Amino acid sequence: MTTTGTLAPGASVVVVGTGQAGFQFAASLRDAGHTGPLTLVGDEPGLPYQRPPLSKAYLGATADGSAVLLRTEAFYTSRDIRVRPRTRVSALDTAARRLELSGGERLHYDHLVLATGTRARPLPVPGTDLAGVAVLRTLTDADSLRVALAEPRDVVIIGGGFIGMEVAAAAVVRGHRVTVVESLDRPMARAVAPAISGYLTELHRSHGVRLLLGRAVRELHGSSGAVRSVELDDGEKIDADLVLIGIGALPNTDLAAEAGLGVCPVTGGIEVDEHLRTSDPHISAIGDCASYPSVHAPGPTRLESVQNAVDHARHLAARLTTGVSAGYRSVPWFWTHQYDAKLQIAGLGTPGDDHVLLGDDTSGSFSVLRFSGDRLVAVESVNKPSDHMAARKILAPGGRRPEPTDARQDGFELRTFLRGR
Amino acid sequence: MPKITYHVGEEVVTVDAAPGSTVMLTAVQNDVGGIVAECGGNAMCATCHVYLEDGPVDELPAISVAEEEMLECTVSPRTPASRLSCQLPVTDAVDGLVVRVADEQS
Repeated sequence: MTTTGTLAPGASVVVVGTGQAGFQFAASLRDAGHTGPLTLVGDEPGLPYQRPPLSKAYLGATADGSAVLLRTEAFYTSRDIRVRPRTRVSALDTAARRLELSGGERLHYDHLVLATGTRARPLPVPGTDLAGVAVLRTLTDADSLRVALAEPRDVVIIGGGFIGMEVAAAAVVRGHRVTVVESLDRPMARAVAPAISGYLTELHRSHGVRLLLGRAVRELHGSSGAVRSVELDDGEKIDADLVLIGIGALPNTDLAAEAGLGVCPVTGGIEVDEHLRTSDPHISAIGDCASYPSVHAPGPTRLESVQNAVDHARHLAARLTTGVSAGYRSVPWFWTHQYDAKLQIAGLGTPGDDHVLLGDDTSGSFSVLRFSGDRLVAVESVNKPSDHMAARKILAPGGRRPEPTDARQDGFELRTFLRGR
Repeated sequence: MPKITYHVGEEVVTVDAAPGSTVMLTAVQNDVGGIVAECGGNAMCATCHVYLEDGPVDELPAISVAEEEMLECTVSPRTPASRLSCQLPVTDAVDGLVVRVADEQS
């Protein structure tokens, strides 16, 4: 336990960012009893909302954006949480502990939480400014994409990561012609083991998605200002009237960097310690934008996930109200939903891991255990929630983990191992 | 509108639910305490655990294989009445449903 100091009861807390992390922090800080002023500032138009459905069910739904709101207005009012949407922070003065907002207003803080999230990584090729070229980060992006998908389209998705593959699934089942262009040799290569990528490749192809692997994009071509085709590095042109660029995200660190806070050269995120403190004791950073030392990975870690946002937020709220922290140690977990397949990931794999397959990878229900040496570091499960939930417990710091020799034994099951350890 | 009653600890809250919503979402949007619903309703996290107490429980869909597996992993004890509330759609037929929110979710 480290003593980190508590907020004074009347201390003013400001959160920059109205995503999942900012929302959860505000909710948890009030739950923990803090009564001082609490303000959420964000440049998006409305109340905090869930991002995961935006690349999945929301694209085919008819409900408006209120369906994905994390909470209704009444929640914030009843807890005296002031939400300031459409508000950009233009400067951070750490010496005066003051933010300057768009429009010139100044906002004092006793503690500042940076939950600034990420933005879409731009694709550095000509033609990305054509109409019909989209990214998907925000509810506004999702609403535009949904309108575009209301008519049959030639959809080209650049990038075979989580968002690209989710949108591919959502689009092809609605009758669009869908091509995914991925520069690596398998989809979701940075996130999952080859067996999982192989399963997803077959799944998407069986639903009619054209998946082009190991191919790069050279240029987007259009006419009358609208995109018409995507040219690959070998000169092949693919018809397109809707292009989604999903090649990853960049953390929003400008505000932190301009104020002189540390930014990690490896992850690109705002540097914090294991208690989620930046180099300024009055400023913390949480969620997608934060780069922290994780007990689940060898180097500095920056994760883009609901779990990471929520658990960071809770950890920080507890630290600021109790004044102590044992360090952030939550097990990372992730999920994606494509067609009828639920992929759940616990832990963090790295390239070069050894893999042990549990179950039959052609059955549509199996798990891959990833080992760094003999140490279990991640479990990736397709339609196997019991493996996933057991893995989340097994990977928590301190407990015994199965070794490859355990996992290769006939009839090995994670939940049985968990009960027996 | 169908009414759903939630028992949360000692508290009892009855709210109007919108058909098309879920028992989880109805609770969250009406500020009923105790449901975490970390994954937003995808049966991915087992933090919207409730116990069916009374009312037209037979009108609810059967437990899927995925929900069954997630229910094995809830923090509060799993009983025959356990469900993940995100998997319980609100329809006119569930008017009068009574659920108890599990004390521990995560």
